[in-house]
Amino acid sequence: MLWPLFFLVTTIHAELCHPDAENAFKVRLSIRTALGDKAYVWDTDEEYLFRAMVAFSMRKVPNRETTEISHVLLCNVTQRVSFWFVVTDPSKNHTLPAAEVQSAIRMNRNRINSAFFLDDNTLEFLKIPATLAPPTDASVPVWIIVFGVIFCIVVVAITLLVLSGIRQRRRNNKGPLGVEDAEDKCENIITIENGIPCDPLDTKGGHINDGFLTEDERLTPL
Amino acid sequence: MEKARPQWGNPLQFIFACISYAVGLGNVWRFPYLCQMYGGGSFLVPYVIMLVVEGMPLLYLELAVGQRMRQGSIGAWRTISPYLSGVGVASVVVSFFLSMYYNVINAWGFWYLFHSFQDPLPWSVCPLNGNRTGYDEECEKASSTQYFWYRKTLNISPSIQENGGVQWEPALCLILAWLMVYLCILRGTESTGKVVYFTASMPYCVLIIYLVRGLTLHGATNGLMYMFTPKMEQLANPKAWINAATQIFFSLGLGFGSLIAFASYNEPSNNCQKHAIIVSIINSSTSIFASIVTFSIYGFKATFNYENCLKKVILLLTNSFDLEDGFLTASNLEEVKDYLASTYPSKYSEVFPHIRNCSLESELDTAVQGTGLAFIVYTEAIKNMEVSQLWSVLYFFMLLMLGMGSMLGNTAAILTPLTDSKVISSYLPKEAISGLVCLISCAIGMVFTMEAGNYWFDIFNDYAATLSLLLIVLVETIAVCYVYGLKRFGSDLQAMTGRTLNWYWKAMWAFVSPVLIISLFVFYLSDYILTGTLQYQAWDATQGQLVTKDYPPHALAVIGLLVASSIMCIPLVALGTFIRNRLKRGGSSPVA
Repeated sequence: MLWPLFFLVTTIHAELCHPDAENAFKVRLSIRTALGDKAYVWDTDEEYLFRAMVAFSMRKVPNRETTEISHVLLCNVTQRVSFWFVVTDPSKNHTLPAAEVQSAIRMNRNRINSAFFLDDNTLEFLKIPATLAPPTDASVPVWIIVFGVIFCIVVVAITLLVLSGIRQRRRNNKGPLGVEDAEDKCENIITIENGIPCDPLDTKGGHINDGFLTEDERLTPL
Repeated sequence: MEKARPQWGNPLQFIFACISYAVGLGNVWRFPYLCQMYGGGSFLVPYVIMLVVEGMPLLYLELAVGQRMRQGSIGAWRTISPYLSGVGVASVVVSFFLSMYYNVINAWGFWYLFHSFQDPLPWSVCPLNGNRTGYDEECEKASSTQYFWYRKTLNISPSIQENGGVQWEPALCLILAWLMVYLCILRGTESTGKVVYFTASMPYCVLIIYLVRGLTLHGATNGLMYMFTPKMEQLANPKAWINAATQIFFSLGLGFGSLIAFASYNEPSNNCQKHAIIVSIINSSTSIFASIVTFSIYGFKATFNYENCLKKVILLLTNSFDLEDGFLTASNLEEVKDYLASTYPSKYSEVFPHIRNCSLESELDTAVQGTGLAFIVYTEAIKNMEVSQLWSVLYFFMLLMLGMGSMLGNTAAILTPLTDSKVISSYLPKEAISGLVCLISCAIGMVFTMEAGNYWFDIFNDYAATLSLLLIVLVETIAVCYVYGLKRFGSDLQAMTGRTLNWYWKAMWAFVSPVLIISLFVFYLSDYILTGTLQYQAWDATQGQLVTKDYPPHALAVIGLLVASSIMCIPLVALGTFIRNRLKRGGSSPVA
């Protein structure tokens, strides 16, 4: 007596949930890729959990708070693991619109993923694109900070070198020109003959002796 | 002279300066490419022969000229013959062009270096598109490293005509690069001598670290074996020999005047023959060493891509046929493919067009040189290593050291003649001259930070120095051997260093090197003429790849101007000197 009822239920199931049915979605799991050795076996208990998660997601949608686990139907489970699912309304006669199911799944994607220890790539809802996480943007880009530090160091170093060069040149210039301050600072011994000071011998380099040939004529031209 | 010429603190500084100048980016990104293209291990044969026959003699010649004349390039060639000071002027002009565009590479190096302090590396992930459902379209079509280079770094325009505006980020990096160069050359040899200790040795440290890391990478041996396996038939290819000669020539940096400038700060008794041999051997060994590192990185990248390709094929088959996850592996892929083809022929034929043929050889065959190698291929390999930020920082730091070392030589080539000239150095102190040169080069270099800047960069890279340098070095060799006189030069060197000039150098300078350079010159000229219109590679954002386009007339005019402005210096200055002498002799009585 129960057989016709059972038959009825399965045919209704078969009508509502089959590959490429209206409002049906295909799900694909890659458990071994995600977990390697710790992969669990996909059995009917895992399917029950999945149906529970989908029902949970649907309950979050306004007007669908009464969705039960029995309203979520799975079919065509393959070895991959992949299967199709639909969500029916309380009367179990027709399926809920795909847009509602899609938005519900998208809102709770993280919860569903973590229930199975998977992520967006290993638990795929075909035709439901995942919202990709935006890259974390620092308020100030990191590169500008590093740039600023190095820029300041270089500018400071240049300033120091230029200033020390100027100071050194001023000190060099004051040496031979110490004639005016000869009374105050006797840095160089100035010999004075007939009131005209002789420039002290510059021990650093030589002076050009203009008696010799200039550089252009150093070698006989062509 | 009013004050003594500044000198290197010790001979080691001179060697390090030459090494730092000669070992540059070309060793890292040009030599491995040539090695790969022209027969792997067998390319070393023409390379070493050209080194001994062309590289060492010409390097010794330049160092000897600089050390003997004790002046920058203009003064040195004027001393050899007043009609030939145009050679020095041409060197300065070429060095000026080079320093303008070369420092842009340092700017890019800084850009990548600063961006290496992020997790994840910005070139390892594509940015998201507008509604956050997928990745940016251009990035999808190209790869994330190409996208970061062409879009984020260069913001390149589709063709050279569309100039765009100056991009402020690369412009800032360029200013920093020039400030860095100014800091190093500010005090002349005093500061340069200390900086080159660092810029010459640091790249070797990083290369050694990278060698150890590279050799331990998964798949490195694939690259090494593939690249170094000698293909002896390439020895018969004349292009291999020409490229070996060209590589030696440009890698040593001959003809720019930098070597003359460096050598002019030497003591006259310095043994520059020994130094020439040391520097050229170190330069070539560094090229080979760098290519070992590069090939192991290539091998890693190719293996990684190959395995990724296999994974994609496996995923595609697993999804299409709903096979059990983890059933298909690389080892049983072929048999399963055959099984599926036989069992589900219709479905397999649907999927078949999407199955890519993954081949390790084709991944290894992608030969890249230049900025593409440094900023796209290497970054792609680095992003797949563990602790990629560290490797990235090390790598770009090394690139910066190499680039800065070469820049020091380039600027020395420009500044030494300027500071030697009494006219200029009497008005301005050394710091001001250096500052002016850096400022002018930086201002003109802003052209390369525009959206079309990379195309102009390629123009300068390909044409500013190539033909001109060959001609300059040819005139140099002929000037020393025939105008000044080889015997006279030999006796000068003997008086200076105390060693007689070996017959080998005499033979090379007088006959072999000029012949080699003339043949290279003729080859390149005929190559340019035969190819007709000059073309360039433009980045097409819609397709995500490079397309070939013709240069517009104004770009061709710039190319012509670049080549002509340096080459024309030689005859023009000779003419000018001739006319000036004529006027002098005609106007006044001849000097006794």
